[in-house]
This record gives sequence, structure tokens and C-alpha cells, in this order.
Amino acid sequence: MRVRSYKTEAVVLRQMPLGEADRILTLFTPDVGKVRAVGKGVRRTKSRYGGHLELLNRVEVSISYGRSLDVVNEAQVIESFPALREDLQQLSKAFYLAELVDGFTAEQSQNEPVYRILLRAFRSLDSARQPDLLVRHFEMHLLGHSGYSPQLYRCVECRFELEPGDHLFSCAGGGVVCQRCRKMQSSTLVPLSLSAMKVLRFIQRSADYSPVDALNVSTEVLREIERLTRTHIRFLVEREVKSADFMGLVSSSGRR
Amino acid sequence: MISDGIPAAAPVSRLVDEFHKLPGIGPKTAQRLTYFLVRMPEDQARSLAEAIVAVKDRIILCSRCYNITESDPCLVCNDLARDQTRICVVEEALDVLALERTRTYKGLYHVLHGVISPINGVGPDELQIQPLLGRLRGGDIQEVILATNPNLEGEATSMYIHKLIEPLGMKITRPARGLPVGGDIEYADEVTLSRAMEGRQEF
Repeated sequence: MRVRSYKTEAVVLRQMPLGEADRILTLFTPDVGKVRAVGKGVRRTKSRYGGHLELLNRVEVSISYGRSLDVVNEAQVIESFPALREDLQQLSKAFYLAELVDGFTAEQSQNEPVYRILLRAFRSLDSARQPDLLVRHFEMHLLGHSGYSPQLYRCVECRFELEPGDHLFSCAGGGVVCQRCRKMQSSTLVPLSLSAMKVLRFIQRSADYSPVDALNVSTEVLREIERLTRTHIRFLVEREVKSADFMGLVSSSGRR
Repeated sequence: MISDGIPAAAPVSRLVDEFHKLPGIGPKTAQRLTYFLVRMPEDQARSLAEAIVAVKDRIILCSRCYNITESDPCLVCNDLARDQTRICVVEEALDVLALERTRTYKGLYHVLHGVISPINGVGPDELQIQPLLGRLRGGDIQEVILATNPNLEGEATSMYIHKLIEPLGMKITRPARGLPVGGDIEYADEVTLSRAMEGRQEF
């Protein structure tokens, strides 16, 4: 007999209203990657599973294969990350991470390491001393697990080991370009200072976030890294990452 | 065009296509509605057509609360018997209707026309938040009720507005969260259930 449904855990990345009371959910699962499924009636207050299928929740779901879209039959919260729901800055960062995962993963294509780092980032947002660095750490390892790990040790053009000094970053080349090769690259290059490159290397080497959290990085270098990563990501997903704007808005009004 | 094979008469298929654009109307329903209209008495069909045109022609947004209305200011904003010191902030005009049905709230409203949803590209600038700030700075409002939907995006919107209006010093409240009437504790998610326990009241 044909299997009609399967059980998996998932993080709810995205919701879109559908019809009267349904929602199309984008779920990210460790077993089958990104899945889109309909939550029937989840917008009604009396829906049994509606509250469980809230955005960014980690849930256990049972999904059955539908004609066009799959349908969620059952859902139960495993982890709801309450701390990040109560703080706008953390929440805006979590939205951003979710949008990145949505942008970098394909439907039905398993990527278990990304699932793992997403959960870890959600759990650490509350305790991180430097939440901005946590986001950079997540971006770096999301790129790594998606096959876009930036080359930070050799020039992507001449393949020679980089000498200490200021270099350039090529989004199209996916890594650093040395001063000698800068003319060879026709695409836009972003300046990369030595200190920023060192921080990026450290972030890339640390699978765990905690050593990165202990770093002492100047605001200037932080900004440089943020700008660079944003340009690189925009190049890779070929569009603006919309929640980045909201993240910036919320954190700047907090600083004021 | 939805139909294949022998094409329907052009005006018919045009109407089918128009119905198909409406929320919750699939191709079959669109066809059913169209063929029902074909057989409808002419005066009824005309009255339906006029009602649709009237909605577009005569309905405007209230310049104070941004609710949809026929007169500006709207009936609620113009009603001096209502409590002028309270504003209830909601996402959609439909939420005003739902709250009015309760007959327990007698204050004013403010309709945001949406909710902050960064992943879907909706930021604070797409909502009627600035006009709300204007109203709060100008008048003698004592209480703002942030009645966005009790989901993450509604919550984010309320937190954002809360941060903006906190310095103005008025009382900021939000509706209680808890168990729906006729619901089942067994099926409640943990957030709802814990909020319901936190907000319990003497029996």
C-alpha cells in the first residue's frame, strides 16, 4: 500500500493566508528539507493545531500527501523559544535567520546541518552577549552548509596564499582577491580589511558560537563584516533579504 | 481563460475569470456563480452590479482611524457618546466589526491595514503607524489597547508600536490571551495555556 503520510519534526519558517481559514506553511525539516503544506483551519481561534503551528516554533508534525499541496494533520510544539518572542530585537533577528534559511534551501532537499545550526541560533539569541556576531556566525555556517563557504585563505584568482594586509572580496568569485589580481576580476569587489578578514576566518573556523561571542571586535570592523556579508548574500540569493531592513530598523531605534 | 474545448461565450468567460480572482473562489465555483447570474432576473443582477460599483465609489478611509467608511470622519469617530480617551489598535477593518459585535468596547479605533511581516516584505512603513502617533500626540488619549492578532507577527507589531508610544506616557494594554470559549484544554498549545494560567481570575 502507498504511504499516505509521514511524521517529522520541523521549524515553521513562513506562513501565508489561504482561503477562509487556512494557511500555507513553509516548514523546514531535518529529514526532508523544506516542505510546503496546508494547515487547515489554523486561523480559527478554536483550531486545535493553530497555536502549535505558530511561526518559528519547533514542532512535531504529521503530514499527508495531497493532490497539489501536502496537508498537516497534526502538530505538537516541541520547543517554542519563548525568550525570542518577547524581545523585538531578538525576534527581528530570528525572522531574518528564518528568511535566510528559506532563501538558501530548496524544497524536498535535505540539509540537516542547516536545521541544526538554526535551532542552535534560536536557542542562543537570548544569551548571546553580541547577538550581531551570532547572526554573522549563522550566516557564515549557513553559506558553508549550502556550498558557498567563502575562500578566506587563498586568492580566488591566482590561488596563492594571501599575504597579511588589506584585500578585496569578490562575491562572484566567492572569496578574497589579492591586490595583485584585482584587475583580473571584472565583477564588483568589496574592500576587506585585514582585521575583518581575521574575524571572518575565526567565525568560519568555530563551529560553535561561544568562542565567537567572547571576541572583542570594534564597531567599525563589525559594520564592515555586516556590509560585506549582506552584499555577498544579496548576490547569492539574487534579491534583497527583506527582514534585514526590519532588523536594522529595530536595532538602530534601540540604540537611540 | 479557464475552460478548454468549446469556448464559452466571451462575456461569460470574462465573468468567470473575474470571479476566479476573488479569495476562496476556485474555477468550479466561479463557473457556478456565473451561470447562476446568467439565469438571474435582470433587476437583481443590476442591483448586484451597482452594489459593487458603490463600494468602490463611495467607500473611503476615515481620515482619523483609517477604518473603511462612507462619511469622513466615520460613524465611530463622530459619535461623541463614545469614550474619546481610549483607542483600540487593530490590524484590519474586519477586526473593528468583530469588536463592535461584542458591544462591550465603547472607545475609538485605529486600523493599521496590515501587520509587520518582515519575511513577506511588510515593514512598519507599509502600515498606518505614523497617523496613530499623530493622534496620540494631539489628543487626550489615556489608554491605547494593542489588539493585534495573538500570533508572532501581530505580537511583533504590538511590540514595535509599544516601543514607539511608550515615551508618550499613556496606559498601554492588550487583550487577555487564553482559552477560547468552547475549546479544549487538552488541545491548547503551551503558550496559550501558560498565558491563560497567568491571567486567571477569581471565580
